[in-house]
Amino acid sequence: MMQELSMNILDVAENSVRAGASLVEITVDRQPVNDLMTITISDNGCGMSPEQLKKVSDPFYTTRTTRSVGLGIPFFRMAAELTGGKLEISSTQGVGTLIKASFVLSSIDLMPLGNINETIFVLIHGNPDMDFVFTHRLGGSELVLDTRSFRRILGDIPLNDPKVSSFIREFLDENTRELLQAQ
Amino acid sequence: MKTLAELQALRDDMKAQVGVRREGQYRMRVVVGMATCGIAAGARPVLAACTEELEKRKLTDVIVAQTGCIGICQYEPVVEVFDADGSKTTYVHVTPDKVPKIFAQHIVNGSPVVEYTIGANAK
Repeated sequence: MMQELSMNILDVAENSVRAGASLVEITVDRQPVNDLMTITISDNGCGMSPEQLKKVSDPFYTTRTTRSVGLGIPFFRMAAELTGGKLEISSTQGVGTLIKASFVLSSIDLMPLGNINETIFVLIHGNPDMDFVFTHRLGGSELVLDTRSFRRILGDIPLNDPKVSSFIREFLDENTRELLQAQ
Repeated sequence: MKTLAELQALRDDMKAQVGVRREGQYRMRVVVGMATCGIAAGARPVLAACTEELEKRKLTDVIVAQTGCIGICQYEPVVEVFDADGSKTTYVHVTPDKVPKIFAQHIVNGSPVVEYTIGANAK
């Protein structure tokens, strides 16, 4: 079991990496007025067949060959359902996959979101040839990081260059601080 | 607020420097296992700590990358270091506080930290 929802997000987004996606969009949308947090992860990867889609929440199903259990999606589903929320997956082969999890914010069983910025940072740094769009919405304010606009500025400088890494880290942390202060 | 204008300035700064790294010229590869097993055991802060070492030490000839399940889940977080000659060192049960020593002793000075390796920890 994961200690933070942001670790579940990293784990589920790694599936998008493995699915050969070139673009992954991650949105954390917190709406205290509605007592609701929605986390969506969508990709343009290879998608799943209807048979795979049926089995994906089964912990004893996995596509990897090193172990016969796959706990990523079951963990994430459990984290959502414990709060009274739910997890929905839709997927089309050759098009991509969309995972949407909802959480009841006031639930005592809500796992902390944790270090979501580190999750995004690690995804970008570890997959410099992929694009990520991260949106963190809190009430009516939001932070957006789109690596495509970073890439346009950087040209042939890779996203995992140490100086660029530092910038991405600061971009996330500084802008998150402002997002939280805006509340 | 951090803006893209600052990224533009950073880029112009970097372009002005000579000797920008080209693909495939890494002296060493540091690979962190980032499957469910690794993440649950704490691989994420370990990878972040590795990239911080790159930034701090300005190591442009070393790459920190990630991989899936290596197959030794009970030893996660696992970090593999591939030297220029292709030899591999497997570090097990890595925590962020072990990372600076791995970088100082192994990545920079070429001498593996034996006590953190799988050989010294296998049961």
